Amino acid sequence: MLSGRAESGGEAVIAAQKPFEVTPKLDESGTPIGELLEISMGPHHPSTHGVFRMDVTLDGETVVKLKPVFGYLHRNHEKIGENISYLATMPYTDRLDYFCSMTNNWAYALTIEKLAGLAVPERAEYIRVIMAELTRLQNHTSLIGFFVQDMGALGTPMMYAFREREKILDLFEEVSGARMMCNYMRFGGVRVDVSDAWLAQTKKIVGDYGKFLDEFEVFLNENEILLARTQGVAPISKEQAINASITGPLLRAAGVNYDLRKVDKYGIYSRFEFKVPLGETGDLYDRYMVRVLEMRESIKILNQALAGIPAGPIMDAKAKLRGFRPKAGEVYGRIESPKGELGFYVISDGGPSPYRYRIRPPSYINLTTLEDMCLGRKVADVIVILGSVDIVLGEVDR
Amino acid sequence: MLGEQIIKGMAVTAKNFFGSYVSKDRLTTVQYPEERLTPKENTRQFPFLVFDGDDAEKGLRCVACQICEKECPPQCIYIVKSKDKKPDYKGQMQVYPVTFDIDISVCMSCSICVEVCPFESIKMNNEFELSTDDRFKGLLLTKKELAKPNSYYQQIHPQDAKDSDAVIAAEKVKAEAKAKAAAEAKAKADAEAKAKAAAAAAPVGTPPANPPTPPPAAK
Amino acid sequence: METLEQIKSRLEAALPSAKIEILANECAAGERSLLVDAASGFAVAKFLRDDAQLMLDYCSNVTGVDWPDKELTEKIKVKQVVDGVEKEVEEVKKTLRPGCLEVVFHLYSMTLKHGPVVLRMRTENRADKTHLPSLTPLWRGAEFQEREIYDLYGVIFDGHPDLRRILMWDGFEGYPMRKDYVAPDDYEYEPTPHDEVLEAAKKCYPAEPKVEVKP
Repeated sequence: MLSGRAESGGEAVIAAQKPFEVTPKLDESGTPIGELLEISMGPHHPSTHGVFRMDVTLDGETVVKLKPVFGYLHRNHEKIGENISYLATMPYTDRLDYFCSMTNNWAYALTIEKLAGLAVPERAEYIRVIMAELTRLQNHTSLIGFFVQDMGALGTPMMYAFREREKILDLFEEVSGARMMCNYMRFGGVRVDVSDAWLAQTKKIVGDYGKFLDEFEVFLNENEILLARTQGVAPISKEQAINASITGPLLRAAGVNYDLRKVDKYGIYSRFEFKVPLGETGDLYDRYMVRVLEMRESIKILNQALAGIPAGPIMDAKAKLRGFRPKAGEVYGRIESPKGELGFYVISDGGPSPYRYRIRPPSYINLTTLEDMCLGRKVADVIVILGSVDIVLGEVDR
Repeated sequence: MLGEQIIKGMAVTAKNFFGSYVSKDRLTTVQYPEERLTPKENTRQFPFLVFDGDDAEKGLRCVACQICEKECPPQCIYIVKSKDKKPDYKGQMQVYPVTFDIDISVCMSCSICVEVCPFESIKMNNEFELSTDDRFKGLLLTKKELAKPNSYYQQIHPQDAKDSDAVIAAEKVKAEAKAKAAAEAKAKADAEAKAKAAAAAAPVGTPPANPPTPPPAAK
Repeated sequence: METLEQIKSRLEAALPSAKIEILANECAAGERSLLVDAASGFAVAKFLRDDAQLMLDYCSNVTGVDWPDKELTEKIKVKQVVDGVEKEVEEVKKTLRPGCLEVVFHLYSMTLKHGPVVLRMRTENRADKTHLPSLTPLWRGAEFQEREIYDLYGVIFDGHPDLRRILMWDGFEGYPMRKDYVAPDDYEYEPTPHDEVLEAAKKCYPAEPKVEVKP
């Protein structure tokens, strides 16, 4: 079926069409000019960042309707989580947003710590902050690489981004044993302690990162093609962003000052000095710049954390590895992952596995306004707009 | 000026291009498989079983407690317990795994099995060149293929192996002290019971041992 | 932010017909929640969003929970007259807790930076009366999440602009996240190598006295 849109049959109530639906251009007599073309972009399309499909209706080159289609990577992660133990879910969270396994680990560990009332030792908190900010650095770096590639800068900027990312992944491998599937955090701490040599190496890489960013910014920031393709494209208003539950760099590009590191102050973020970069219009250029500036802030946080990391234990003494059974209750924990608010909602019935295990995936919900952003734009812009949302299908489809 | 930034951008690419001949920071790739990076200390690929001494069957530390089988997130471990017992590394009589299979086509290298193992028995290997033309049997590692000597473990993860050896040594000392105390207390009362037990234990034997697996050579 | 009791009393004053209940949460750091009846759910949510003191303009998380029918057993002491003497006899009383589908909303305020208020609604049963009001007209962020709940749990959101399956394909039958969902045997297109391998492995070990069944 070309459209992929099946009317939900039976009981489903479909209210009036959305107000933002655009009708094709009409001539004086009221007949559409030309024919509308329905095409299916994806799922196997290199620019969709995975297996994501969009059913696009085109009037010439202009998008008049766009429906995202999900589910090609759906594996019912939540059901798996309800059938295995709390600990065994941890490596599965790596596979949600496989660019940011450290922050996924942290969000899940934080939620279960809230549920079971576990404290996290000082050193482990510092290590978590270091890991999370390194993750943010490498996520934003590679995202910018992809983003520029979506605009047609084939290869070169992305390779520079990946080169830097690889240095951070080497750090992750050194301590957790794997580049991407880190499986590093545990309820009440972290799994492996970091060595002094590792910290020294991290300091060096973080110190050099500023230089790389300088170069990267000279390379891209004022590039005429990038400006032409991004400025004024797909702006998003504050109200719209809040109402559509958009979080992360997208929200801040629209000018809403909402960063969970400042709002919730989870972990030990209250101790660090950093700013929250904000955009004005929420267009693609703002989204790009917010990410660049966020990397600068991450470097600041990293420098403070690396300077202040204390010695001490890395696991809560009360934490249990085998036979972990938290008391009955429910909890919602959230952190600021590089893509937005990553939340975990867990209901425990006192058993060895959660009764209900739910993930609030940021990039999935950030796609809510994809259609609004793309309407009236050209096909080539759709690719760039999708790139700016920063989706990872492991998380979108779960 | 229009195009100024594009020229600046070209300058950056030129810097990277020529820099890649001199700076290690600008050219980070290596020519695999001729060139290889040394694996990191903590690198984990797939699990293996540690045995002490030369005999894989006799020295296997695993006591088939099946904790890893239960905790394994993708359920890729398959264990069958033995009916008889053999002495473990502490000298206590313990059951051992008759079958210990790991399906590495399912394994996700998370190392949860290593963490939950109370006997320092299952560890992570760092070998990654495991391609095979038989996708079913070729990816099912049996006990024979999984068992690796402790010396191999010491070679691939020196620091972890040292820690794990220390744990085992401490446990051995503890177990010996306990056994000694128990033996002294029971020495008199045990005299006849011992004779009985020895008579009963004699006929039960372990199945023929597999030959020890040599440390894998680089393919 | 106000306490949940204050919110509840203000809600009851503003919406007299709403039936609101505060649900306890035993775990230490967890939030208690407001259980609202389906009929007044939309009005309550609108109040929470537009109220000047709360301004819960951000609907963070929407999720479904399945509560199947459950038999609760409790022991109660009943007075009975046995042989003319009144005695206390222990009886086991069995009550059936009717099942329902529950939808949980986590609401925050981005403007005032507080939250969360946890809002819950329950369907009448799990079979045919699974309608709940959609909150997508209030918070567009709920759109995909409500579609997901419709897809995986079968809650029908009245007033949702585009209620279709989202993660499963069109034409899929059943609701996979429900507790009583049984995956069909041919669920995976190709038998997993794991099962094949294990079957093959069993044949290689004829000497085994008895193969224990894997749980």
